[in-house]
Amino acid sequence: MRRLALIALLLWSVPAFAVQPDEVLDNPALEARARMISAGLRCPVCRNENIDESNADISRDIRLMVRDLLVEGKSDEEVVDAIVARYGEFILLNPKTSGSNLILWLAGPAMLLAALGIGYATIRNRSQATPPESLTEDEQARLSEIMKS
Amino acid sequence: MIIELGHFALILAFGIALLQMVVPLVGAHKGWRGWMQFAEPAATSQFILVGFAFLALTWAFVTSDFSVQLVYLNSNSLKPMIYKISGVWGNHEGSLLLWVLILTLYGACAAWFGGNLPETLRARVLAVQAAVLVAFYMFILFTSNPFLRLDVAPFDGRDLNPLLQDPGLAFHPPFLYLGYVGLSMAYSFAVAALIEGRVDAAWGRWVRPWTLTAWMFLTVGIALGSWWAYYELGWGGFWFWDPVENASFMPWLIAAALLHCSIVVEKREALKSWTILLSILAFAFSLLGTFIVRSGVITSVHAFANDPTRGVYLLIILTVFVGGALTLYAARAPSMQAKGVFSIVSRESGIVLNNILLTVAALVVFVGTIWPLVAQMAFGRTLSVGPPFFNAAFTPFMMVVAVVMPIGGMVAWKRGSLRKAMALLWPALILAASIAALAYAIQTNRSALGPLGIFVGLWVVFGSAIDVWTRTGRGPIKGRLGRLTRLPRADWGKAVSHAGMGVTILGISMLLAWQQEDIRVAQVGDRWAVGTYEIELRSVENIPGANYASEIAEMAVYRNGTIEALVHPEKRFYVVAQMPTTEAAINNGFTRDVYLVIGDPQANGGYAIRTYIKPFANWIWGGAILMSLGGLLSLSDRRLRVAAGAARPNRDTVPAE
Repeated sequence: MRRLALIALLLWSVPAFAVQPDEVLDNPALEARARMISAGLRCPVCRNENIDESNADISRDIRLMVRDLLVEGKSDEEVVDAIVARYGEFILLNPKTSGSNLILWLAGPAMLLAALGIGYATIRNRSQATPPESLTEDEQARLSEIMKS
Repeated sequence: MIIELGHFALILAFGIALLQMVVPLVGAHKGWRGWMQFAEPAATSQFILVGFAFLALTWAFVTSDFSVQLVYLNSNSLKPMIYKISGVWGNHEGSLLLWVLILTLYGACAAWFGGNLPETLRARVLAVQAAVLVAFYMFILFTSNPFLRLDVAPFDGRDLNPLLQDPGLAFHPPFLYLGYVGLSMAYSFAVAALIEGRVDAAWGRWVRPWTLTAWMFLTVGIALGSWWAYYELGWGGFWFWDPVENASFMPWLIAAALLHCSIVVEKREALKSWTILLSILAFAFSLLGTFIVRSGVITSVHAFANDPTRGVYLLIILTVFVGGALTLYAARAPSMQAKGVFSIVSRESGIVLNNILLTVAALVVFVGTIWPLVAQMAFGRTLSVGPPFFNAAFTPFMMVVAVVMPIGGMVAWKRGSLRKAMALLWPALILAASIAALAYAIQTNRSALGPLGIFVGLWVVFGSAIDVWTRTGRGPIKGRLGRLTRLPRADWGKAVSHAGMGVTILGISMLLAWQQEDIRVAQVGDRWAVGTYEIELRSVENIPGANYASEIAEMAVYRNGTIEALVHPEKRFYVVAQMPTTEAAINNGFTRDVYLVIGDPQANGGYAIRTYIKPFANWIWGGAILMSLGGLLSLSDRRLRVAAGAARPNRDTVPAE
């Protein structure tokens, strides 16, 4: 979970649009952690925005809650768990890797393996197939006749 | 009156489409020429009629005729002219009319430029195209009629969503639709070929230009949308993995796959059945995209105008067309014999791998997009699937595509050797690796992802350059340079669009790895440092705009003490729509963008100011431009132009007997 969040941050370090200057923590390390957590939390009343980008009041509340919990010394997981406990699983932009969500996470690798298998079989089939029959003698003669004229 | 005429023209076009759907099919089956030839004037007149209907609606918008319900809901007399025009497709009904207009345009183009197609195939293609049109005429006339009048004409309109009043977004939908709808041609060709029971090299050659056109427009459309999000939404994000973005991205990926495998059909007469399936899938995904956008089934920031009841109708269209085509496919595909034989290491295999990666990547996006819906219905879990999932599950596919691309593009057809391809490519490998290592050494944070992206991006760019260079053969450099200009345009197209993909990867990875940000409260006159730049807030003024009020700041960007740019970020308030928007000020540069946003005034004076330094941001869209330019080059290749007039040379070369 932590590693995934890290990857997400590195690939997608979305900066705050709606983070207000007064929310920013003085401790840069804590603030960076707050940002990382926020990027994975969805604004509950917006359409597909994380709480960092959202202008909604509730997003501000959640941002402040994240920071309060961090200042209290909670770990990243504990903060996320506390927020999920309050707002539900819907708030997680990064779906959990448990239960039925395994289908979601494993769909890609499974489809890739299947496709590679089918692709390999097809290619092998093609490489062992006999090339289409060459021209018969009559056809060859006719062809050279056409080419000459 | 003009509105009623437009409505009538649309109904007339519907009638013609009904005939065009049946008559040429019967003609092709029975071998009646007259019946087959009916398709051509029918397709042309449909285009003219729908064109007239579209102009009629545009006229209502331009003259602000608020007795038309659609105009009242989506326009305002104060709106600038360009947005009055773009307002025509800034809503559900109008955008659907645009969709139908483009569909008829493609149909007409198939009639006009299809002179070299066998008569029966052309008749069938046009009939299938008409069938798609019939479904959409019914949709628009029965559920989304743009020509409805109001009993009492209001004094003024309600205005267009302010976010849509922007040049980038004005042209985003037409390009996207040209792409989406262009894939209907691949579909029509595939279904026609299935009815015909014949797929050969010639078929591959005919279907390719249409796919290429559609893919090019999709590329431009997606890039425009992403660029718009970058400068308009106010924090410089360029891709959000939003359901609607995914809806346009899936057909793009499938079209890219189709583009490549139709080359194999054309050159080697292999992978036929797969190419047909992909053609059907590509259009299925563009119908699915329409469904997602128009039904609002999956909530999204983009769904500006949607209505769940319409979704049902679209779902029916989707099921009928995709289900029908797949049934036909199941019945006919086994009879399609592949001819070309190729070994395991060959260009053909490279393209198979490309197709596997692109298709599975598209399916991953698909699963992620509909998973919230599935999870809710099947497992009762209300959850979200956001950017973190897509970044983790999708990005690796693109990385592998990029790593394999230069090698796959160099391996010989039929029977190739990896060693030979790599022997040519090693300079690209070494150069890319050393530049990436250099970047790793000089960066301030120890992130490996930036350099990794640089390596992959440069590998693709240099690989494309080597590819083009190898095509010039051997001999002295001067001769090779001369030959460079005479290479087939398709070769250039391939190199340019592949390089474009590399450039986009470079842009994305450098932007994400080394972006800098600063958020603060600044008073007028303050000056502060962000990275190697200094920013000064000089003044903030209130200025009224055409249909909005604006709070506009003047800010100066300094570097090494000298002024680099004066920029003006804005905060607008659209009065009629009661909606604020941010207009970021961006100082564009080749190696970086300085991105400034002004926020709300603070209680103790001053303004919330956000500053971002975004390295190589423009390369993202530069790469997209290169990709579509490559498509254009390939489209103008002599091979395709000659194919377009293939009927003529035959007549000229009849020997004098």
